[in-house]
Amino acid sequence: MDVPLAIACRKINKRYPHFSLSDVDLSVEEGTVMGLVGPNGAGKSTILRMVMGLIGPDSGSVTVLGHRMPDEQMAAKRDIGFVAEDMRLYESQSIAFHMDFVKSIFDSWDDTYAANLLRSFDLKKEQKVKGLSHGQRVKATLLLALARRPKLLVFDEPTTGLDPAVRKEVIDEMMNALESESHSILFSSHNTLDVEQISDYITFIYGGRIIESCNKEDFMDGWRRIRLSNPDGKPLPMLKNIKEMQQHGRLCSLTVDQYDEGVAEHLRQSGLKVDAVERLTLEEIFLSNVHHAKANLSKEAGL
Amino acid sequence: MKYGFVFSKTDKRPMYQQIMEQIVQRIAVGDWPPNTPLPSVRELAADIKVSIITVKRAYLELGRDGVITTQQGKGTWVSESLDMKRLQREELAEHLAHAAKLADSLGISEAELLQMLKKYV
Repeated sequence: MDVPLAIACRKINKRYPHFSLSDVDLSVEEGTVMGLVGPNGAGKSTILRMVMGLIGPDSGSVTVLGHRMPDEQMAAKRDIGFVAEDMRLYESQSIAFHMDFVKSIFDSWDDTYAANLLRSFDLKKEQKVKGLSHGQRVKATLLLALARRPKLLVFDEPTTGLDPAVRKEVIDEMMNALESESHSILFSSHNTLDVEQISDYITFIYGGRIIESCNKEDFMDGWRRIRLSNPDGKPLPMLKNIKEMQQHGRLCSLTVDQYDEGVAEHLRQSGLKVDAVERLTLEEIFLSNVHHAKANLSKEAGL
Repeated sequence: MKYGFVFSKTDKRPMYQQIMEQIVQRIAVGDWPPNTPLPSVRELAADIKVSIITVKRAYLELGRDGVITTQQGKGTWVSESLDMKRLQREELAEHLAHAAKLADSLGISEAELLQMLKKYV
């Protein structure tokens, strides 16, 4: 049975003077968490803004909760909660003012949930926005988005600049919002630990292109670091899934994706000794992927 | 933290294996006897703040091992015909495998490792 899609981006292209998105395909199933990973300037925020209908693509289509974006953004936004770093609140007003304001627009506002969030975020309703710390601001905007109980939550870098305690509070409440089976989250982060912890799917972006988009378990499972010793100085077999190679004297370390037992076997048959096969963290995969994507881009550019 | 699962950030094993271990431990010590219903995947994921797909994978592997039984639409519970002895032996085997690996990386020979183990039996 096919799970309905909360987000479907098809072959999106968007050209800016110094940056372009090329043929971006992105699908987010209902009830799942999708993490967008990529270095600064890779296009994460641009994609999130297109999903929100804030920018239209030059070509391709964006469908969110069954609505074509940006044309039907009014209808779609009833059910989307968006939190971005540059979200403006009224500095001279209190958190309570903002809560009343959002409640007056969205009839889905849940007073009990809002009160619970205030408590678990340790926020005081009467507090003025201008006196809030960065962490409190993030929590306040998160509260305003969550208490509407939107079907889709879109977060741009929700944990950037947060201390570990606040980061945990934010992640915890993001996960709690998913207890309903049809609710979905799309978020971007530099913090690979966050993405690794809560994402069901991971999409890797580099230079305005999707490098990889798949189920997190398969993704993490496919990557390995293989430590080899090469006592006789044999040439390494050129396997296509080798993403990175480091050689120092007789020791060698390979980073591979789509790993299976055959890879180690192949290396052994080439006269190498496999000392260890290790799993990688998402951060290591991220760095290796960036390194590899960079090399490919310069190859394409003929550099 | 309704289910009291505790994970170690320094544990290098993948998360799904750590979840499997916590469930097997609860069964092995008798906190979750046969036929005990398990939380739904979504419920456990929300409780331990781990992605749904990771919890799903842990359940899938435990189901494959016969430790738990899932019936579509009815839920998941600890298998009735669960062989506790086997489960505990498997846990021991895992510890031994870990010890052997560590010994190997420290350059301790097989004979020496066996000698060391003898101290405890």
